[in-house]
Amino acid sequence: MLHIKCPHCGMRSQNEFSYGGDASVKRPQLGSEVSDQDWDNFVYNRKSLRGKHWELWQHLFGCRQWIKVERDTATHEIFNTLKANEEIS
Amino acid sequence: MQKYSVFSLVKNALSNHENWDLAWKDPTPKKEYDVVIIGGGGHGLATAYYLAKEHNITNVAIIEKGWIGGGNVGRNTTIIRSNYMHDDNALFSEFGMDLWRKMSQDLNYNVMFSPRGIINLAHSDAQMNTYARRGNSMRLNGIDAVLLNREQVQEIIPMADFSENVRFPIFGGLMQPSAGTARHDAVAWGYARQADSMGVDIIQNCEVIGFDVSAGKINGVRTSRGDIKAKKIGLCVAGSTNILAEKLNMTLPIETHLLQACVSEPVKPVLDKVVTFGAGHFYISQSDKGEMVMGGDLDGYNSYAQRGNLPTLQHVLTEGIAMMPFLSKLKMLRTWGGIMDMSMDGSPIIDKTHIEGLYLNCGWCYGGFKATPASGWTFAHTIAQDRVHDLNAGYSLNRFNTGYLLDEKGLGTKTWIS
Repeated sequence: MLHIKCPHCGMRSQNEFSYGGDASVKRPQLGSEVSDQDWDNFVYNRKSLRGKHWELWQHLFGCRQWIKVERDTATHEIFNTLKANEEIS
Repeated sequence: MQKYSVFSLVKNALSNHENWDLAWKDPTPKKEYDVVIIGGGGHGLATAYYLAKEHNITNVAIIEKGWIGGGNVGRNTTIIRSNYMHDDNALFSEFGMDLWRKMSQDLNYNVMFSPRGIINLAHSDAQMNTYARRGNSMRLNGIDAVLLNREQVQEIIPMADFSENVRFPIFGGLMQPSAGTARHDAVAWGYARQADSMGVDIIQNCEVIGFDVSAGKINGVRTSRGDIKAKKIGLCVAGSTNILAEKLNMTLPIETHLLQACVSEPVKPVLDKVVTFGAGHFYISQSDKGEMVMGGDLDGYNSYAQRGNLPTLQHVLTEGIAMMPFLSKLKMLRTWGGIMDMSMDGSPIIDKTHIEGLYLNCGWCYGGFKATPASGWTFAHTIAQDRVHDLNAGYSLNRFNTGYLLDEKGLGTKTWIS
């Protein structure tokens, strides 16, 4: 079982969280001209590599906040967690 | 190649079974092949077999990082079906059903195909309506489908929970009588043995390090056992597609996730159908050894771990016990995990790519095993003729760009939600 450190609540069990996918995906800027390729990259295309992966989780059965988690997709080791509004450095 | 038959069995029994031929050779890679298939799983082996058999292309190598059949073809729950609503999925899968029926004779290898039937349970009137619709679509495509009411389901699987006060009462179900199971390892070994006998080199312990691409054309592949030249290369590496795509500077509409399965201790025959729970994600059948073979949801977050996490297993088995309460008495024998290509619309991709000579076979989600023969057959056609066959035209890579998605379940792009 994963143990995820919520930046708001501290270390909690995986059972309290739900998953939200790749956190590095950015929606094209509202109001700007968006190419088909940019839109496809936002909606469909994912790198999904083996190794470190920034991803979104929601602390659904806790503070209900969305957070960012850096996890290894092969070992499940968690390196870092951020609040949703903190930028990945 | 030695033909397997009752006579060869008797003959070899007389010499204590010490003189059987090797089922396939262990060749050193040549410098160049006409076609290189990357991935020695079911789909890769089937592709090589149909390249040789249907298209007379035998200067072919299969390169495999581990050992053949060690990935998802040996890790699935062996279910074979074609109970799809959309034409592209239905016609492709039903073509595969035909190949499954002939497979043991075709490969001279007993794949133990057992067309025992599959029942998808319905737990509401609305679900019965959608099953009636899907069943009608299937019948229009020539696939057998029978809509069962509650009493008919109870007659077939009396061990399911038909008591009055359950959270998800069984309203009925949709049955495809011709669906079933097969011995998954035998499928890999049968294709490997025949492909080898027709001249295909099966090269194991050979990892792909990179690709040789110039001027938009593929020229070869760099491996841990040296460079191999080929004008045509087919990727059949579901579970590792994203890793190889990165080496090709491609980003695909695929995420890599982990799916678990498990078997109970063996018990006497109790269940002679494949049954799926309609109010969640759980499927079950009984193996020839008597084990209850079960599976369900993905672990739910991107993973290459090839081993599962307990919360998902607990969730899946809770569904199983809700459906068939006797399962709570069984001890678990084994659990394992495999890594899946989860495509963004739940359907696979068998297509050419923007790189000339590079062909893509990926995105099998939960349904790779049953597709093995049809996938190999159509991928072989796509590679040999350099154009897709009508059967896999719907499985194009650019459908994510044109909008012709094949979203059988209408789930959208959250691949981890099932």
